[in-house]
Amino acid sequence: MFLWVIKRDLLLAMRRRSDVFTTLFFFVIVVSLFPLSVGPEMNMLRTMAPGVVWVAALLASMLSLGRMFSSDYLDGTLEQMLISPHSLSLLVLGKALAHWLVTGVPLVLMAPILGIQYDLPVEALFVLTISLLLGTPVLSLIGAIGAALTLGLRGGGVLVSLLVLPLYIPVLIFGSGAVEANMAELGYDAHLSLLGAFLLVSLVFAPWATAASLRVSME
Amino acid sequence: MAINWFKYSSPASFYSLSGKMVPIFMWLAVVLLIAGMYVGFFVAPTDFQQGEAYRIIFIHVPAAWMSMFLYLVMAFWAGIGLAFNTRLSSMLATAIAPTGAMFTFLALWTGALWGKPMWGTWWVWDARLTSELILLFLYIGFMSLQAAIDDPRRADKAGAILALVGVVNIPIIYFSVQWWNTLHQGASVSLNQAPAMATTMLTGMLIMVFASWMYSIAVILKRVRVIILERESHTAWVAELRKKEAAR
Amino acid sequence: MLQGSNLVCVRGDRRLFKDVSFSLEPGGLMLVLGPNGSGKTSMLRMLCGLSNPAFGEISWCGTAISSLGGEYYSVMTYMGHLSGTKDDLTVVENLRISSALAGLEINETEAREALQYMGLSGRETLPVKVLSQGQRRRVALARLLVCQTKLWILDEPLAALDVSAVKLMQGLLERHLGQGGMVIMTTHQEIEVTAASTTQLQLA
Repeated sequence: MFLWVIKRDLLLAMRRRSDVFTTLFFFVIVVSLFPLSVGPEMNMLRTMAPGVVWVAALLASMLSLGRMFSSDYLDGTLEQMLISPHSLSLLVLGKALAHWLVTGVPLVLMAPILGIQYDLPVEALFVLTISLLLGTPVLSLIGAIGAALTLGLRGGGVLVSLLVLPLYIPVLIFGSGAVEANMAELGYDAHLSLLGAFLLVSLVFAPWATAASLRVSME
Repeated sequence: MAINWFKYSSPASFYSLSGKMVPIFMWLAVVLLIAGMYVGFFVAPTDFQQGEAYRIIFIHVPAAWMSMFLYLVMAFWAGIGLAFNTRLSSMLATAIAPTGAMFTFLALWTGALWGKPMWGTWWVWDARLTSELILLFLYIGFMSLQAAIDDPRRADKAGAILALVGVVNIPIIYFSVQWWNTLHQGASVSLNQAPAMATTMLTGMLIMVFASWMYSIAVILKRVRVIILERESHTAWVAELRKKEAAR
Repeated sequence: MLQGSNLVCVRGDRRLFKDVSFSLEPGGLMLVLGPNGSGKTSMLRMLCGLSNPAFGEISWCGTAISSLGGEYYSVMTYMGHLSGTKDDLTVVENLRISSALAGLEINETEAREALQYMGLSGRETLPVKVLSQGQRRRVALARLLVCQTKLWILDEPLAALDVSAVKLMQGLLERHLGQGGMVIMTTHQEIEVTAASTTQLQLA
């Protein structure tokens, strides 16, 4: 069942590829704007790179949160999910995972290329990719709570950013921190382990909180 | 001891009970505030390191404590409201949020005022100030979510989930900000390096903390009363109350 | 089997209905009647556990549905105003996925048979967005053919259907009721369904 949901969401994303690309290009454009606004001085760009890429990833992943439940809400599929004999938390987990596959994975793959724009050393590029790989699923999972809470509300898109961005802060700190630590020739293992811990915690709690929020929002 | 506590959990009886309590707490707040201010500004000695500027802690510290404490209280009541479906507890949570946000803002504002003479800058990315800022964002998120939802019951429950998620996250956020702060050595001045405090200073601060408590209780009760009236406007007891008010 | 006692529904400040009680036995059909805004849809949403009554209890085989959870959902099928079909998926995909979601995985052949019965043969691989309203409705209703649930809760199942489709539905409902199933539905259209027992639930 879990697989059905993922398969369905991926199928839908494939039929509407433009949505996937919009998020990806948003990410690319935001990252490319920074050198234009602060100047092309390479040393500065190199120190800024992890933060810039991470903030852009945060925003890009947040932008696509609205789509996670809203189309299912509008056409009645969400109602059917709520009265499905399967566990709603599991369905939600499937949807969050699909969201990550559609928006998070492209960001992870694109990040090293953007890192090159900022003249990051090879090892830092590697750490950046790993940190995004561990961190972006957390963004999708936490974001799902916000998306579920703001379901069907006026101005839900802006509201969701108010709700989830503060909750994203730990991921941002440790994600960009890992890359910075690597560039400062310090160990980055602790950062990555903590990101992994966040991932595990949010895997356990976020689907559950999201399911509760969906029930509240649909009542 | 056969007090029927459940009697007071009904909005109608809570409304009349809280009506009697508000003035008491308000007066306590005023008296304590005057006493605390007096001790803080006239009795407490000048700090040999920080001069007179340190006196802002008489407002800053109680505000910072209250801001964190009120978030916990808010989440507690919101959680109770969610778990037991008690309307009054959810209303309390809604009423606490603006006061909590106000104290958070006050803590940030006075923190900046303190920072200028101490560090020569209005804002440093100190771990505590940053956490306080994030706390303000959490309060704002809670209030905007509740404001965006028309149906009060949905607003209660949605707010409760958000507040609880926030409570789980606060330690993680606080810890991450601490870590981030030690990693970036830029702002090495920390607020918790306050020198040993004179007894009068401590007394003044404690009085101010109690004053903030009393003030919060009074204002929150007052706000709950308004929320009760709004939500229960269609019930018989509110109609009766309206008649009584009109007759007076 | 299904029982509701003293149900009260409150929407915002307004009380839609109060003290509604009923009981439904196998083979029974219950029509929920009432003017627009009388709470028919709210009633059905309560019955399928999407919302909770402000007061009163709904029970299935003597146990409250709120405590049954998934167990209740596996014997109940609900169809709301919204068809629950995805515009970008084909007709077959829609039926297979919605069935899987409802706890019953069906293969391609079963899905095609059901669609053929609903008069959709030749359109199986079209995306739903090119279909008409009535055809979409048929796609949604095809799920009733494949589902093996006992209780059907249908909100305006006949809306947008033409005469032949209404006839199909009538046959489908009678077959289900004949096999000891239960149907709760709202409708504004005339439909003659013979059932072991027919109750009418009038909401003010």
